[in-house]
Amino acid sequence: MAALRFTLLQAALSALVSCLLAIPLARGLARRRFAGRELLIRLLAAPFLLPVVVAVLGLLAVFGRSGPVSAALAGLGLPPLSIFGLHGVVLAHVFLNLPLVARMILQGWQAIPAERFRLAVSLNMPPSAQFWHLEWPMLRAILPGAAATVFLLCLTSFAVALTLGGGPAASTIELAIYQALRFEFEPGRAALLAALQFALCAGVTGIALRFATPPAFGSGLGRSLPVPAPKGWRLGLDGVVITLATALLMAPLGVVVLRGLPGLMDLPASVWPALGRSLVLALASAGLAVGMALVLAQAVARGQSWLEMSAMLPLSASGLVMGSGLFLAVFPALSPEAMALPVTLAVNATMALPYLFRLLLPETKALLADYGRLSDSLGLAGMARLRLVTLPRLARPLGFGAGLAAALSMGDLGVIALFAGERSETLPLLVQRLMGAYRMEAAAGAALVLVLCSFALFWLFDRWGARHAAA
Amino acid sequence: MLQLEGLSIRQGGFHLTADWSVPKGARVAVIGPSGAGKSTLLMAMAGFVSHDGRILWEGKDLAPLPPGDRPLSILFQDQNLFPHLTVTQNVGLGLSPRLRLTPADLSKIDATLERVGLSAMGGRKPGQLSGGQIGRAALARALLRARPILLLDEPFAALGPALKAEMLDLVAETADQSGATVLMVTHDPADALRFADLAVLVADGVASPPQPTAALLADPPPALRAYLGR
Repeated sequence: MAALRFTLLQAALSALVSCLLAIPLARGLARRRFAGRELLIRLLAAPFLLPVVVAVLGLLAVFGRSGPVSAALAGLGLPPLSIFGLHGVVLAHVFLNLPLVARMILQGWQAIPAERFRLAVSLNMPPSAQFWHLEWPMLRAILPGAAATVFLLCLTSFAVALTLGGGPAASTIELAIYQALRFEFEPGRAALLAALQFALCAGVTGIALRFATPPAFGSGLGRSLPVPAPKGWRLGLDGVVITLATALLMAPLGVVVLRGLPGLMDLPASVWPALGRSLVLALASAGLAVGMALVLAQAVARGQSWLEMSAMLPLSASGLVMGSGLFLAVFPALSPEAMALPVTLAVNATMALPYLFRLLLPETKALLADYGRLSDSLGLAGMARLRLVTLPRLARPLGFGAGLAAALSMGDLGVIALFAGERSETLPLLVQRLMGAYRMEAAAGAALVLVLCSFALFWLFDRWGARHAAA
Repeated sequence: MLQLEGLSIRQGGFHLTADWSVPKGARVAVIGPSGAGKSTLLMAMAGFVSHDGRILWEGKDLAPLPPGDRPLSILFQDQNLFPHLTVTQNVGLGLSPRLRLTPADLSKIDATLERVGLSAMGGRKPGQLSGGQIGRAALARALLRARPILLLDEPFAALGPALKAEMLDLVAETADQSGATVLMVTHDPADALRFADLAVLVADGVASPPQPTAALLADPPPALRAYLGR
């Protein structure tokens, strides 16, 4: 019960804080133009692809007991921060989700017609009235969905709880499942907890899916300002907010790079096999997820819309619950070690499915509307149609989606922690174990390799898609 | 002979019936007010619209055949070419839907392109062609498929009058050589007169039997009279 309460509390707090902080950040980004704004907005999408364990490592380095923030506090005669427990979990979740919410609100800003801003200014509305008539209605439309999405993501965020939570006071249900399976060997208790987590997710999803919107990746945020932005203290406030947010987002990454570079020199030998396993998993999971999403999107585009449910369902499922189910199913018969990689592959591909499906569906529908009859009338079917029409026409979203799936799988630290022993360790798991052993230098080095590979995979796939995108 | 036996198409509140036949090798204009179902009629023949009643070619029911296996080629209003394939590839789909083209196929494609006035355009993509050239490429593909029926769903509607007349003459010439039966949707009585000896009027839920175009236009029934504005 303590685990249930903590799970709900941290998810609610994370959603609340992320939304509250995202509002001024999005406002600042919406009404100011400065050098590097485009880059900053693009970077806001990065935490979604950032391996969670790397984010945690960076946050530990900045906000941990021996980090610069604690040092500054000590200079003021204050006690050092501890980022383990509730506030650590919430801090990590805010770090990961604030950019997501800020991008959602920014898109809301973008959708307000320029005429409405000009009308407000020509009516001489003071900024407070502009807030009530322009910003507030947009926030009311966007925030419930954004908050519900963050809440859901935080309910099933195992890696953060694993690295920053723990102990009776700060244990989520998923962490309790992990402990029951991994250390206490109480499959009955694990099954009970998994059922509880499943019920919780299903219940919350039932309510939240009404507003929850999976993150969109649209760009086009560069339109010119419809009206001049207010001057005076508001300019200063926007500047402070944007600077602070940039610092919060960049500092942990910067620290990982700084600490990782020397660590690269003496990486433990176990990094390379772990990297190999992670890469194979990422490529296989990207292939599997793209295949599933393509098949489902084609079926839904052809009118079997009930399949949309099965494509979106993994959004509410928890990878760890799926993994526990598979663990319990195979446990007596097969060693978990042997199953670690296949199960992780299946779960990773499934978890990426909703995002890929959302990317592919509109393009698949357009393809069918534009060229479906032409293809049918020419007798184009099966593999020939896939090769000659579908793949070339959908190369761009397919490349982007494959990159997304590969990066998500590359950085995933979920089911693998349940199953893996020494010989099936992936790179994120290795980073977590190095951190657990307080080998921070080595952990940072491995984390740097991990980040580089994640982003490189995403970049390569995305480039491939853009290059093969048919003219 | 192309026969429509008790054909009945129902789509929501829309309803269209037809019960007539077209002799082999005829050129038929399908005319009538917009929204009456001219395109829908052609789509039913091509296998894209479900219907009651039968559509037969040379006494054989088309119902079990998927669109690609029917004895017909169709030119749509637009989207007749895949924008990511070259003209040669687009036309080659008429010979091999898998685009496994032999040297013999390629020389056939070149000859056909030359015939429709597109020689040396084979390497271009549709984006680099004019509207008239796109129509010619689509026509070249239909020629290579050599199916006995050609359905034209206003593929030249976006062209100017002179270019459209040129394209219709090209269609007429090639159809005469191959002996194809042509059904052409149009909303322009002049096109109908120029191209087709027979005309089917689609209005008020009925596609009436084909009759000589000149006679139909000289003494139009009320529905056609209203459409023509006479």
